Amino acid sequence: MGNQDLELVAVTKRYGATVAVDAINYRFKSDSYTCLLGPSGCGKSSTLRMIAGHESVSDGSIVLAGRDVSHLPPAQRGTAMMFQNYALFPHLSVLDNVAFSLKMKGTETAKRHVQAREMLELVDLTNLAGRLPDQLSGGQQQRVALARALITRPQVLLLDEPLSALDPFLRIRMRGELRKLQKELGISFIHVTHGQDEALALADDIIVMNNSVIEQAGPARDVFNAPQTQFVAQFMGGHNVVALPAGHFAIRTDAVSVTEPKQGGIEGNVTSVEYQGTHVSLSARITGDQEVLALIPDATFFADPHYPGDRIGLHWDANDQHKLTA
Amino acid sequence: MKKLRKNPAISNLLMVSPLAAVLFVFLVLPIVLIVIVSFWRATEFSIIPAFEFDNYAFLFGSPVTYTVFFNTFKYAAITWACTLSIGFTVAYYLAFHIRSQTWQIALFLLCTIPFWTSNIIRMISWIPFLGRNGIANSTLMSWGVIDEPIEWLLFSDFAVILAFVHLYTLFMVVPIFNTMMRIDKPLIEAARDAGANGAQILWNVIIPLTKPGIMIGTIFVVTLVMGDFITVRFMSGSQSANVGRLISNDIALLQYPSASATAIVLLLTVLLTIGILLRFVDIRKEL
Repeated sequence: MGNQDLELVAVTKRYGATVAVDAINYRFKSDSYTCLLGPSGCGKSSTLRMIAGHESVSDGSIVLAGRDVSHLPPAQRGTAMMFQNYALFPHLSVLDNVAFSLKMKGTETAKRHVQAREMLELVDLTNLAGRLPDQLSGGQQQRVALARALITRPQVLLLDEPLSALDPFLRIRMRGELRKLQKELGISFIHVTHGQDEALALADDIIVMNNSVIEQAGPARDVFNAPQTQFVAQFMGGHNVVALPAGHFAIRTDAVSVTEPKQGGIEGNVTSVEYQGTHVSLSARITGDQEVLALIPDATFFADPHYPGDRIGLHWDANDQHKLTA
Repeated sequence: MKKLRKNPAISNLLMVSPLAAVLFVFLVLPIVLIVIVSFWRATEFSIIPAFEFDNYAFLFGSPVTYTVFFNTFKYAAITWACTLSIGFTVAYYLAFHIRSQTWQIALFLLCTIPFWTSNIIRMISWIPFLGRNGIANSTLMSWGVIDEPIEWLLFSDFAVILAFVHLYTLFMVVPIFNTMMRIDKPLIEAARDAGANGAQILWNVIIPLTKPGIMIGTIFVVTLVMGDFITVRFMSGSQSANVGRLISNDIALLQYPSASATAIVLLLTVLLTIGILLRFVDIRKEL
């Protein structure tokens, strides 16, 4: 297969005096699903658009399959982009939207329609080929956008918040389909999102960005389980960030258990109890005015319930305590 | 009274009635009057109410009518082609090459500055420029481009069309610019992502999506040019005629029935032209 990797080398984006992306380095694994995750304005979209070629690179380079593509036009990079609101051509039928890039290459009508139909078959939309984009639902429009991007046979598919325009139910269904499609096609998907649940559900690797730099990158499970910085711990959710004499630590909320006072390492007062169905979320105030959240299986909690104001002990395994660098 | 206001049928009727009344009094009634008068009989010294087709028979029997209508269409077609190419270029530049919205608005307003003066003044100001010893000729002579003044600059079809283009290009710029501003910028990126070059984006994305604006501009320009008479009179030095001038001449001679008949034929011609144009493009999205 050779070296199909996409690599960012000190890629920087400046808009006047502001730095949107600050010299980031990353090597995307081939055939993998990678999520660029971060709050809005963190530089994730600029990064994606630079990879796509819709934004010029201020400094550094983007290397795809051993070729510096930093200054090539979008269509010659081997990437294809799926836009946030799909950017389907409103005056063209579904079939012509999908066949658009072939038309630009000068492929004759009959031939490009055959290929476009094959693509529509892949996304299961053959019966809607004659419709205009306006006549499709959000999910269908997304499949058309997907087919239009994939017909260029890209090595890397770039997705800019592809699920944000869909309702929650459809979002969950479409993310399953995206994941399946990536496995079937065996190409790299790079997906920009600000939803950590979406990133966890989809990605092999997650890149968390904040303030124009990569905060932490790695396999999804590592990023969630062992956050290295306070930002990552808080952004990924499900973690307590606790300041202890030895420094700041992240502890997963479901790793915290409640004991009788004097038994556990740390004591605190229960401030609130929230029933969440499978779990009960209990928050307690410990020394130093810090809030610690414990996610307790409902059966365990109701066997020995606690109420706001109770004095309790909090316990967790030393292995579950991850030291934060910042 | 309260009961009256609550009844939706009556309140709807009340709401549409002012506009309906204005349209009826100032649009429908005059046209009906013109239609009626066009069937009256006229002699050199009198106008007699009647119902006869003499005016129309004379109009369609005279070769002058056909020349004049041909002239009118010629002016409309050439003006349309010129205003479209200039208008599209200007709108394209404003919409896609000027990045900041402030500059877009500033330059757009700049386009409208000539419209702060009256049509007639803008038209007449061409005369000293284009005249036999005008600025254009004397400049060209001083540069040595020509040896003697160009005669066809003023009082010619060239001058008429130049004035039309000058007067009406903005009517093309505004609707086209408006439609172009509504084109989603990601569409251009999506086209580029699919490998389209500048010309391909223009032809496959921008022009198809700008069609409604082009059509609205076309309707403006075509109707304005076809109904005009003063520009043709001034700029051609009374040497050319269009239908508007035919009507104005009849009115000057108090031949109202004949003028009415010509007006009705012109009205139907323009309506037919617009009807044909609307067959090509659906402008409802723009309204």
